[in-house]
Amino acid sequence: MKRALFFFFFAILVVVIGFSSGSAQLWAQAQQPSQQPWQQIPIPELPAFHPAQPKRIELPNGMVVFLQEDHELPTIDGTARIRGGERSVPANKAGLTDVYSEVWRTGGTKAETGDQLDDYLEQRAAKVETGGGIDSTTVSWSCLKEDFDDVFRVFGDLLKNPEFRAEKIAIAQKGQYDAISRRNDDPGQIAGREAAKLAYGANNPYARVAEYATVAAITRQDLVEWHGKYVHPNNIILGVVGDFDSAKMEARLRTAFASWPRGPAAKDSEIKPEPAKPGYYQVDKADVNQSTIQMVALGITRKNPDYFATSVFSEAFGGGFSSRLFGDIRTTKGLAYAVGGGVGAGWDHLGMLRLMVGTKSNTTIESIQALDEEIADLPKRPINDEEIKRAKDAILNSFVFRFDSPEKVLQEKMAYEFYGYPLDFLENFQKGIEGVTKEDVARVATKYIHREQMAVLVVGNAGEFDKPLSSLGTVNKLDITIPALPPGVMPAQGEHP
Amino acid sequence: MKSRLISIQTIVVCFVLSSLALGQDLASFEKRTTVKKLANGLTIVICERPEAPVFSFFTHVDTGSVQDPMGKTGLAHMFEHMAFKGTDTIGTRDYAGEKVALAKVEEAYAAYIAERDQSVGRDERKLAQLEQNWKDAIAAADKFSAAYNNEFGKIVEGEGGEGMNASTSWDETEYFYSFPINRLELWAYLESERFLHPVLRQFYKERNVVTEERRMRVDSDPVGRLLEQFSEEAFAAHPYHRPTIGWPSDLDSFSATDAQNFFDKYYVPSNMVVAVVGDLKAAEAMPIVEKYFSRIPARPKPDTATTTEPPQNSERSVVLHEQSQPFYLEGYHRPDYRSPDDQVYDAISDLMSNGRTSRLYRALVRDKQIASDAEGFTGYPGNKYPQLFAFYALPLPGHKPQEVGDAIHAEIERLKNEDISDEELKMIKTRAKANLIRSLGSNEGLASELGLYQARYDDWRELFRSVERIEKVSKADIRRVANKTFTPDNRTVGIIEFAPPPPGAGAGPQGGGQ
Repeated sequence: MKRALFFFFFAILVVVIGFSSGSAQLWAQAQQPSQQPWQQIPIPELPAFHPAQPKRIELPNGMVVFLQEDHELPTIDGTARIRGGERSVPANKAGLTDVYSEVWRTGGTKAETGDQLDDYLEQRAAKVETGGGIDSTTVSWSCLKEDFDDVFRVFGDLLKNPEFRAEKIAIAQKGQYDAISRRNDDPGQIAGREAAKLAYGANNPYARVAEYATVAAITRQDLVEWHGKYVHPNNIILGVVGDFDSAKMEARLRTAFASWPRGPAAKDSEIKPEPAKPGYYQVDKADVNQSTIQMVALGITRKNPDYFATSVFSEAFGGGFSSRLFGDIRTTKGLAYAVGGGVGAGWDHLGMLRLMVGTKSNTTIESIQALDEEIADLPKRPINDEEIKRAKDAILNSFVFRFDSPEKVLQEKMAYEFYGYPLDFLENFQKGIEGVTKEDVARVATKYIHREQMAVLVVGNAGEFDKPLSSLGTVNKLDITIPALPPGVMPAQGEHP
Repeated sequence: MKSRLISIQTIVVCFVLSSLALGQDLASFEKRTTVKKLANGLTIVICERPEAPVFSFFTHVDTGSVQDPMGKTGLAHMFEHMAFKGTDTIGTRDYAGEKVALAKVEEAYAAYIAERDQSVGRDERKLAQLEQNWKDAIAAADKFSAAYNNEFGKIVEGEGGEGMNASTSWDETEYFYSFPINRLELWAYLESERFLHPVLRQFYKERNVVTEERRMRVDSDPVGRLLEQFSEEAFAAHPYHRPTIGWPSDLDSFSATDAQNFFDKYYVPSNMVVAVVGDLKAAEAMPIVEKYFSRIPARPKPDTATTTEPPQNSERSVVLHEQSQPFYLEGYHRPDYRSPDDQVYDAISDLMSNGRTSRLYRALVRDKQIASDAEGFTGYPGNKYPQLFAFYALPLPGHKPQEVGDAIHAEIERLKNEDISDEELKMIKTRAKANLIRSLGSNEGLASELGLYQARYDDWRELFRSVERIEKVSKADIRRVANKTFTPDNRTVGIIEFAPPPPGAGAGPQGGGQ
């Protein structure tokens, strides 16, 4: 009895969709004249909980290893995160890490083809997979404890000796062409992509997208060179979690990687955002009856001392079920199913400040104005004591869910290591949230929320809007036509677009 | 991070497998799982998993959109939204006054709808007045709750609730979140109150919210539009043909009274299973859970008889001409989840779809290179009733839906005419165990699965036994079931063909590469 969980089959309808991480807020006992029934239920102290911390080891060749024992299930999983990602790819090869991270695995090793690896691993229901992102690539495995030797051998060989076979590059490129061809089918995808371009600049590595021409330009040599440039032990953080003995695993890893010499360190050059001019931007999509509206600007990083106050602000303003935007625009006005937003915080670059709402075509302008009102209201009606208490309680009372499994603890530590944060960042975060005051929240709202500096994107069916978008200001129409394939790249071009 | 629309090459980080004897696992769960049927008929499942001081729960209501009354599609899902609107003490401070005001809203709405839906002799002036009366009544009722908007959710989130949400499918409705363990009693109170004293306030605003949800999921999404038409075509008689979100006219008609009646009929304790998993001891937790949930009064189990879908005896198809890229889908009728062949279908799904060794990946993506993704799966749109085994593929640029359909049929013919290999059969069985074990490592996953299996089979152990049954699947079973199921007359096809936007439709986002 299987449930169909393919994500695009809407077998399941949920009551809310989430926007920012975490949940929202608490309650104001102070304001209530008498205790509500639920407040009479005793809440004992949460038992002291000291989750196991992973052991950190730095190998002589610079590889950083975290070992996290977890004996609940007879499995061992690991992930190597390697510095260097899509933001370091030259613009004329955009999409390189997508192709690279697929063919790294499908292209196999020097000794075995990717197809042979598939058969070998699937007989053990084990996985070795590769991935790629904006700042790093990954090789990971998961297996039963008893298959560890077999699977770790494949992992190590793939990490160091990939072959990037040409026929798999062709398949990966075709997959990318397909994704490009489909990228204007879904209004949410269009809005997310175009909003990022407005916040960072259309050609900025944090916003740009692959095109047929840039994918077609990627060669096997590019993949081999990328691997040669970045995959050195001193650029790798390896995390292992599962049913093993740390001392033995450490010895095992030291032996496995002892002869692997250091290489040149990965360097990231600074990337300067070039935000679009504030104003209105419109993507006309004739086959929808709902507008996707996003107001965007640049956010902050987690290193910013304002991070704690903006976290509380975002939670209270647009973060969850009990936020202002949810309560006012969804519950009270009934204008939207999806509404929310806040000040995004990146690890090592500025996140996006984003407020969004999805509303029927003929309440598009009304909904923009409803968001405008919420913003304009902030100085007059700052986030109040009740809202701040609720937001802080929500963050602090759910804090235990950030480390309620050994794997989550490991992932946190790996992220701190990767981005150069202190390994006790999480404990400091808790203290930071506790210390946030009403004045802090009002100050960051004033500092970061400037409506006149935001770019407002509307993806929708302009012919059905309640008023033209131009009634609010000058409108820049965005052309999202997909640049054509270079001739000869794909067969039978034009048969279906 | 960019991702393809659909990718089977997801990075699997937390993936596990066990070659442990299954009996051993079942034995370990026997020791830490406790079931109690309360006097009112409600079933509680508690599973001890002392990994961290937290717990998760799933309230599983054995009622979904299949039970929506005629002319009121979307009602099961609508009630799910209303279950976040609070109770007589949560969401208001003057329920006595609010109750009177809410009754007036219903009265005014009934009068408005009666006039609105007159096909002959509708009085437009009267209608406008009745609509105004209804809106005034709403405004009066809202005064009792405006200051306490979303109070139920605010309590849960403020107390540290994580992942609070709910879902409605054709088959069932589920409510879930996780709490720190010191909130167990608070949870038992809140969750039982929710179904003991629900108040359907702000109903008509929330109906607008749900209509926006429909616009997002269906109306403004080409695949959403296809699926709605496809289901309607594939099921002639059974309610699986209706959308869970509801048809627009029904969303614009049904009332809070309708939702209350639906609740009264179907949210009865004997129709509900509450599964709780985490850092708790059954001996201590069960009395707390029982204390609160036994307050819900017993009511008769509802009649859930539905029309049985008659055999399909001719191929059917729907073709949508859309300003979006092509898509191919087909489905074949199969029996419900209690069929003795249920695990054979699971085995076929795994063989055809699971990863880069799967037959459809190797044929359509790797070898023929005509699709970016292709899979076959069972349980569409649900699995409680006779359902579809479906296949889909995304044709690569330059390839037509029919071409990927033909390639899928070639693989189906192989399945019918040749035995699968020993290696394939072994792989299917190994992976079935892996999937089971993978589902045991989290409170949320366990609560969901234990609740589902307890509701469907009246015994959570079936979660383990179903994997034992897949051990018994033979090569002959797969051929037999494939021959019985995958016939042209039993097939419904759904296709999206690209059609350029009509002239003058603006610089609409067109497909790439033409």
